[in-house]
Amino acid sequence: MSQLVFDPSKVMNIDYTKRTEYLDGLEAIKAAHKVLKEITYTPSLPDKGYTNRTLYVNVDTLEIQEKPVTQAMKDFFIGGRGFGLYHLWNAVKPTTRWNDPENEIIISPGPVSGMTQYAGTGKSLVVSLSPQTDIPIDSNVGGFYGPLLKFSGFDALELQGKSDKDVILFIDGQKGIIRIEEAPTDPVDSHVLAEILTHMYAENEADLPNISVVSTGAAAEHSLIGMLNFSFYDRRRKCVRFKQAGRGGIGTVFRNKRIRALVVRGPKVAGDMNHPVDPETIAKTGVKYHKEIRENDGTQCMMRRNGTAHIVEIMDAYDLLPVHNFQYGSHPDTHKIDSSYWQQRCTQHTVDGCWYGCSMACAKGADGLVLKTGPYAGDMVTVDGPEYENAAGLGSNCGVFDPDYLLELNFYCDTYGICTITYGTLTAFVMECYQRGILNKERTGGLELTWGNAEADLEMMHQMARGEGFGKIAGMGVKKMKEHFIANGWGDPQLINDIGMENKGLEYSQYMSKESLAQQGGYALTNKGPQHDEAWLIFMDMVNKQLPTFEDKAEALYYFPLFRTWFGLNGFCKLPWNDVVPANNSEQPEAHKVPEHVQNYVDLFSATTGIKITKEDLIVQSAKVYNFQRVFNIRMGKGLRLHDAAPYRSLGPVTKEEYESRAERYDQQIVSEMGLDPKGKTTEEKMALHREWRTGRFSKLMDSVYTRRGWTLDGVPTLERLRELGLDAFPEVVEVVKQHL
Amino acid sequence: MPSLPWFLSPEPSGDASAMKQLVIDFQKCDAGRNCNHECEMECAIKVFKVDDPAQAALQIKAYEDGGGHAILCDQCGDCVVVCPTEALKRNKLGVVMIDKKVCVGCYMCIGFCEKEAFMRNSDWITPHKCTSCGVCVKVCPHGALSIVDVPEPPVRII
Repeated sequence: MSQLVFDPSKVMNIDYTKRTEYLDGLEAIKAAHKVLKEITYTPSLPDKGYTNRTLYVNVDTLEIQEKPVTQAMKDFFIGGRGFGLYHLWNAVKPTTRWNDPENEIIISPGPVSGMTQYAGTGKSLVVSLSPQTDIPIDSNVGGFYGPLLKFSGFDALELQGKSDKDVILFIDGQKGIIRIEEAPTDPVDSHVLAEILTHMYAENEADLPNISVVSTGAAAEHSLIGMLNFSFYDRRRKCVRFKQAGRGGIGTVFRNKRIRALVVRGPKVAGDMNHPVDPETIAKTGVKYHKEIRENDGTQCMMRRNGTAHIVEIMDAYDLLPVHNFQYGSHPDTHKIDSSYWQQRCTQHTVDGCWYGCSMACAKGADGLVLKTGPYAGDMVTVDGPEYENAAGLGSNCGVFDPDYLLELNFYCDTYGICTITYGTLTAFVMECYQRGILNKERTGGLELTWGNAEADLEMMHQMARGEGFGKIAGMGVKKMKEHFIANGWGDPQLINDIGMENKGLEYSQYMSKESLAQQGGYALTNKGPQHDEAWLIFMDMVNKQLPTFEDKAEALYYFPLFRTWFGLNGFCKLPWNDVVPANNSEQPEAHKVPEHVQNYVDLFSATTGIKITKEDLIVQSAKVYNFQRVFNIRMGKGLRLHDAAPYRSLGPVTKEEYESRAERYDQQIVSEMGLDPKGKTTEEKMALHREWRTGRFSKLMDSVYTRRGWTLDGVPTLERLRELGLDAFPEVVEVVKQHL
Repeated sequence: MPSLPWFLSPEPSGDASAMKQLVIDFQKCDAGRNCNHECEMECAIKVFKVDDPAQAALQIKAYEDGGGHAILCDQCGDCVVVCPTEALKRNKLGVVMIDKKVCVGCYMCIGFCEKEAFMRNSDWITPHKCTSCGVCVKVCPHGALSIVDVPEPPVRII
């Protein structure tokens, strides 16, 4: 047993049992609800992971319709993200934009989702046309909504139309009722709204865990970066907690449709509700994995203790932690927000998964946070986090190293319904613009957005929630801010474009990719924009050194985006795949793929659905959806090589200070990679050499990766590749591609 | 001092100084060499209503070179901490009991049990273990088994 035992004497002096309650207005809010439409239906449990029907709801016309899941849908799209993309393709035209009524939000859990025996099996995938990128976005989210939706009878939920009043969609999977209610006086922000709705729709205390609420908050209404909170009821804390479908602005679409919340009341969960064909294999694989966590986690990533925040100090040590808008990779104050601090602060040493059976248990609750600012100042709240992305994005990337302010930023992002990653990156950009005079106090309406000024940072967020001032400008995201600043003549356009960390309109997530060619591609050569869902390669490349050659990196950019796409087709979380590994993993061939765990996934899919697959079939399943999504992007006017371009900050040093902070490394590269002598050259000359070499290398990487993926050098899937994957069965897909060949 | 965090305040049992624990004395038990595993059979039949000693909550294993060991629950309570649904709680005798109506069959209790005393079989979705009921004690021909009162161990957060 190498699991470390928690020492309670080292926990900070916080009363974990107290938090502000928001249930006072429940009865009045409930009384104001008005039923707009109610139907009855026959609830059903899945068979081999599928309920074989989806639910379509139009919030404008109030149409509620069941649709069958066809065999072709399962064969080509599997579920989850695949079902989302399939429904979205059918719903929209090439001219459709995020705020058109025909845009949809689709939530689909995937066939394996809802399994309780293996870690990370409660995910659902949310798909919509993004207000930030104008192409499909997909977001992988925990919480209970997806599994409870499936156990109520539906493999996916399609939401279409735009209501003229605030509405709630309630699905009662116990009684077989679907209801659209007008919700005129419901609170706006998630931490209040979800607590009230959870208690409103639960019939008694034992029913609370059967309720899950999807909601967003005030800032989603006034920005393009809105996200969705998926709730789960924490039985031990007796409070509602959230996981987020964060990226790409789906919360903004949600509020544009005037949906206040989705509420599901599912049946009480049991261990066999997917009705898998082979429960014995699932049980054995699950127990084997739980034992692996017990034996190895304490000496590997310590996810049970620290969650993803365990890598804050690792990233800092390897010069990969984003600091001051990705200028630098480490900071002397990192210790104030690293895992040793959060160990004292979070009650994070026990079961804290976002779905049953997650022995990795990375969800971490920080209790007893007394808010200092904003509409909830003085309230005591529980906030989930910070995950690594929040600590790095809201913290080091903006120079905020005060853990209380970091938690408060995290809390308000959550309750206001905005993505922490996006907010962190856009604030870092704003702060660097302030540092370089592109912005000043006059242009920000009085906000002194200097590095680490958390109060100004929070005020910008409160403005975003109120739809006022500079906060509203910031809420457009980095891409539109860049255009705005350039149009106003506020600084050198090239500098603004170099330091604005977005691609396709989506903000980068929180890894410094400058020194990792694999991660540069992992961010920019993606379907939905730069995130770490598709190709989180930085650890593999820079810490574990498992991708030494150019060819290794290019191959990784073929394999891992496909491998990781598969999690989103099925309702899996990615973390249990490689955040703990078998003790003998390093001795295995292709250790970076964690072969034993890949086999676990193959076995879990086969045992659930009865469809026998191999690890090679798994990649083909993903490739169908991945290439379909690429063609979808092209159909919407993006998805070509020019849209995969990366901001130079993600490839190399933009400024003199950045170069000089790593001068030894960069000078050495001039010798070893370019065959030149840095002596006698000015920093500017050396930076120019680096830019040429780094952009050339990135372009070469694009060529290699596109070729390996079966795409043209312009990034278009070839007809041969489409035929190989069977996607030529969709004439519309072929038509889109033909126009670009 | 802060008030105790919720996870260190499990449901209070009757008497913290007297937890019922099944113990085995290998000075007396010969690991099944000269008996018919009566303890396992009695447990299987009386507790689990199956005629199969492999399903018993106590398993006696003989070592090839003499001696043996027993797989049994010592009521340490690690499983109470890892259970996501609070289906596992101590009763007033300090014994960890499973509420099958609340259990979601995740098997984290099995995976996290160092003594491998939490078990499952393919016919039941919920897991099971020894509850110090003592039916095995009465049938052991060597008098090797007994139920003792021991202090309830402190909660371990693992």
